[in-house]
Amino acid sequence: MEGDIAQLGQFVGAGLAAIGSGAAAIGVGHVAGNFLAGALRNPSAAAGQTATLFIGIAFAEALGIFSFLVALLLMFAV
Amino acid sequence: MGKIFFYAALALVLASGLILAPEEAKLAIHPMDQFQVSALFGGDISWYTPTNVTAWMAAAVAAVFALLVLGSSRRAIVPGRAQSVAELAYGFIYKMVEDVAGKDGVKFFPYIMTLFMFIVMANFLGLIPGSFTTTSHIAVTAVLAALVFVTVTVVGFVKNGVGFLGLFWVSSAPLALRPILAIIELISYFVRPVSHSIRLAGNVMAGHAVLKVFAGFAAALGMFSFLPIFAITAVYALEVLVAFIQAYVFTILTCVYLKDALHPSH
Amino acid sequence: MASNTQEAAHGGGSAMPQLDFSTFGNQIFWLVVALVVIYLILSRVALPRIAAVLAERQGTITNDLAAAEDLKAKAVEAENAYNKALADARAEAQRIAAETRAEIQAGLDEAIAKADEQIAAKAAESEKAIAEIKAGALESVKAVANDTAEALVAALGGSADKDAIAKAVAERTKG
Repeated sequence: MEGDIAQLGQFVGAGLAAIGSGAAAIGVGHVAGNFLAGALRNPSAAAGQTATLFIGIAFAEALGIFSFLVALLLMFAV
Repeated sequence: MGKIFFYAALALVLASGLILAPEEAKLAIHPMDQFQVSALFGGDISWYTPTNVTAWMAAAVAAVFALLVLGSSRRAIVPGRAQSVAELAYGFIYKMVEDVAGKDGVKFFPYIMTLFMFIVMANFLGLIPGSFTTTSHIAVTAVLAALVFVTVTVVGFVKNGVGFLGLFWVSSAPLALRPILAIIELISYFVRPVSHSIRLAGNVMAGHAVLKVFAGFAAALGMFSFLPIFAITAVYALEVLVAFIQAYVFTILTCVYLKDALHPSH
Repeated sequence: MASNTQEAAHGGGSAMPQLDFSTFGNQIFWLVVALVVIYLILSRVALPRIAAVLAERQGTITNDLAAAEDLKAKAVEAENAYNKALADARAEAQRIAAETRAEIQAGLDEAIAKADEQIAAKAAESEKAIAEIKAGALESVKAVANDTAEALVAALGGSADKDAIAKAVAERTKG
């Protein structure tokens, strides 16, 4: 019985942690959307900033990956 | 023509689902089994045992060798296919190092090229069905990130001496804020290798796990298995993109950190 | 799935191979080996070779461009020489034509002058002959008129004074 409650906590926690992946998706969308808005205003400057775009996406996505990792840890490692 | 092929494939999938439907479809998903490290010839795993890690790293080394050495062996003025790709990779990374890290970062080019080629080859080899993805392991990416971290720190202190600590002292901020900012900068500096490594391993692991989960659905759904198979196709395409982008991101972040070490002034 | 997780929960990390620390040493060892091998391959063979190929290509392109520039200059030079030769030839041709024309003109003028002279001579001769004939004819007419007048006078029964008749005839035939 005790183990079942612990398992319940694991699953609920993993599910909650997975919300962070969705939040990271919002962040990535913000980065890409704002880049596109800026690129459409000034297309000539866009090509030089793609590296910055990918760095921004990487930073935003890393935090989502952290939450995914927490979910994985709860599911499999705790 | 493509449509006919598409419908034929669909019919085939449906028919095979009807015929080969498992007697008792069990939802048996083991998304993490694919990351299991196992000895090639049995026995315990000690630090020198040849494992599947060894095999797939050797494959990555062989792929790098095939592309960059065998591909360019003709030294043609007008390049063939393999030589074009090799030159493209060379130019891509060289330009990245030069643009991001600056002219004096160019002497680290072979080092950065090594990281990029290893990661991109390991990622792409990992996309072969049934293969083992070395970059999905935190042990591997942590070593890669730690190498970058140590290199950047050592280069920073050797190049700039104590001036490297100016990286943490934001001279453009108000004086009262500077100690607080210094603490934040210091923390972010030490978090760098963590995020650097977990970003790569997490992305690769997540993509492969998702593929495996969908594969488990496909096995369980019987005749409706074509739905997860389409999803797998889409996710696989995304993973091909991610495999390259994560290698690119790892490399360009290395260049950014290197720039901090070479020119620490804010 | 549940059994798998339970197994993980009780088995201690075997479900997530990334956290199985017993394999870390193995992975790190082989990773370092792989990185060293790739680094050696790249820095000893691949990168210098590709850099050499790229530099060679750049050099070839530069050389070809220079050669093209040279050839272009030569072509311009040749064109200039050709144009000059053409102009020279044209001038020469014009000079020869003018000379010939002048020569022909001179011959022509001479011939025309000679012909004119001859024609003038012939015309003068003819005029003279015509004048002679005219004069001869006039004399005959006078004689005939004198004779006719004498005969007329005689027929009318007079004796004609020869001198008066001649005078009268001369007066009448004057106009």
